[in-house]
Amino acid sequence: MAEVKKIATRQSYGEALVELGKENSNVVVLDADLAAATKTGMFKKEFPDRHIDCGIAEGNMTSIGAGLAASGMIPFVSTFAMFAAGRSFEQVRNSIGYPHLNVKIGATHGGISVGEDGATHQCCEDIALMRTIPGMTVIVPADDVEAKQVVKAAAEFDGPVYMRFGRLAVPVINGDDYKFEIGKGTVIKEGTDVAIIANGLCVASALEAAEKLAADGVNAKVINMATVKPLDDELVVAAAKECGKVVVVEEHSVIGGLGGAVAELLSEKLPTPVLRVGVEDVFGHSGPATELIKEFGLDGEGVYNKVKAFL
Amino acid sequence: MTVAELKNKANEIRKGVIRGTHAAKSGHPGGSLSAADMFAYLYFEEMNIDPKNPKDSNRDRFVLSKGHVAPGYYATLAERGFFPKEELLTLRHIGSRLQGHPDMKKIPGVDMSSGSLGQGISAAVGMALAAKLQNKDYRTYTLLGDGEIQEGQVWEAAMFAGAKNLDNLVVIVDNNGLQIDGNIEDVCSPYPIVDKFEAFNFNTIAIDGHNFDEIADALKKAKECKGKPTAIIMKTVKGKGVSFMENQASWHGSAPNDEQCEQALKDLEKVGE
Repeated sequence: MAEVKKIATRQSYGEALVELGKENSNVVVLDADLAAATKTGMFKKEFPDRHIDCGIAEGNMTSIGAGLAASGMIPFVSTFAMFAAGRSFEQVRNSIGYPHLNVKIGATHGGISVGEDGATHQCCEDIALMRTIPGMTVIVPADDVEAKQVVKAAAEFDGPVYMRFGRLAVPVINGDDYKFEIGKGTVIKEGTDVAIIANGLCVASALEAAEKLAADGVNAKVINMATVKPLDDELVVAAAKECGKVVVVEEHSVIGGLGGAVAELLSEKLPTPVLRVGVEDVFGHSGPATELIKEFGLDGEGVYNKVKAFL
Repeated sequence: MTVAELKNKANEIRKGVIRGTHAAKSGHPGGSLSAADMFAYLYFEEMNIDPKNPKDSNRDRFVLSKGHVAPGYYATLAERGFFPKEELLTLRHIGSRLQGHPDMKKIPGVDMSSGSLGQGISAAVGMALAAKLQNKDYRTYTLLGDGEIQEGQVWEAAMFAGAKNLDNLVVIVDNNGLQIDGNIEDVCSPYPIVDKFEAFNFNTIAIDGHNFDEIADALKKAKECKGKPTAIIMKTVKGKGVSFMENQASWHGSAPNDEQCEQALKDLEKVGE
């Protein structure tokens, strides 16, 4: 088998922004002294006048984004997930969410795959925070192909969007024919014994787990649920009905993220046993990203073991 | 407008503040009254705005960073013709467009929703930046409370505006000296305010916020200044125009009852003569 191509979705974010910049002169990119890490530096190189470095002041940057959007521009506010959703939560809520302004938040370095920087920078709460804001669209792309389409879709969509990208290079699992649509999940492997719903880098892990399960005679359905909000209710309920058991896998706290969203939905619409696989209400710590993913049980092997125990 | 006409407009705004907060049985009259003269000058003299075309992309922008003085803002917008004055009596009522803090999605003429202190100035900075990016010559004005500037975000915004030379931005600080918990110096002194903005690369102007000649002169100087944003620090009297409200922190966020409303309107009739 050929070596799978791996690309970090933050790289995809940077490249997609450059393409957007060429197409739309209203696109403006804001950063808070992290342009090299968030990859908005690529946009800065192409369009220096439309790349605004706000310095290390994320709250201000977020509200500036609101002012730009209120003036007809399409700002992409970029920083690490910890600061985009955490530090600036109230600015996102009051400056952007309440007036429903057309601001796109590009949050890179989500989850524990931040790696060596450790817990202070490993945000596993952002999806829970952003999901509670009325009218906010929340998207966690799985790979390069999807991440680039997410950026384009966000720019075309009228309203606030929170996009979470990763630092770690992850397998490209979608083909060139893949078509992302906001609010729609994608079945990437059919199955009837258990439905594994994942997003971000956990989609690749879910696929790997499904392969291992197949060897054991378990036919798992795998769904890439990039959009956490609005959730593809129909697809979740249909998968629950078909498989009878649901496992949600994400690089996020098991509290309030995709797992929370799925559990909330099914408990009301179609009570179904749900296993939430994620970060178990603990902080992360320093270490190489791939080792952390393994340690937290979010690699293919870890997901396989948890699904096996659940069935 | 002549100074007499402006005084009359400010007085009408003050009456609107009293009537609105009285009808709401809550709200923030003190800081609305201290800012009324600046509101009158901005909306009847300074800003390029058209109540018939409130979304004109070339209009001047205003952000009420101290969003709690919505009663003063609403009274100004109504006086200027953005919506009927009778509507002021619906302030803070269920179903009213006039929310406790300004909602840009509901009220014509409101350029930015605000209320959480410190965020409005950043949004105003974003609007000023948008004008630069889009080569538009509209100007952006934002009004802050002197208690509000205790918020760190205000200084993040000031640093940005100074560093990026946003000379199309005017930051106005309503220095009425009082906040909810009392005198601003006793709570956590933000002084010296002028020096602080000066240090953040602002063109600074200190004025009496109840003197229309000084207001006019300051805004003229702001327009003439190139390469720097302007901060106008205006000394004001909280509760200005209503005898029993003047210089009383307790009138920051409480409404007049029937008797007090009558007395306040009487005071304002006298001022208007």
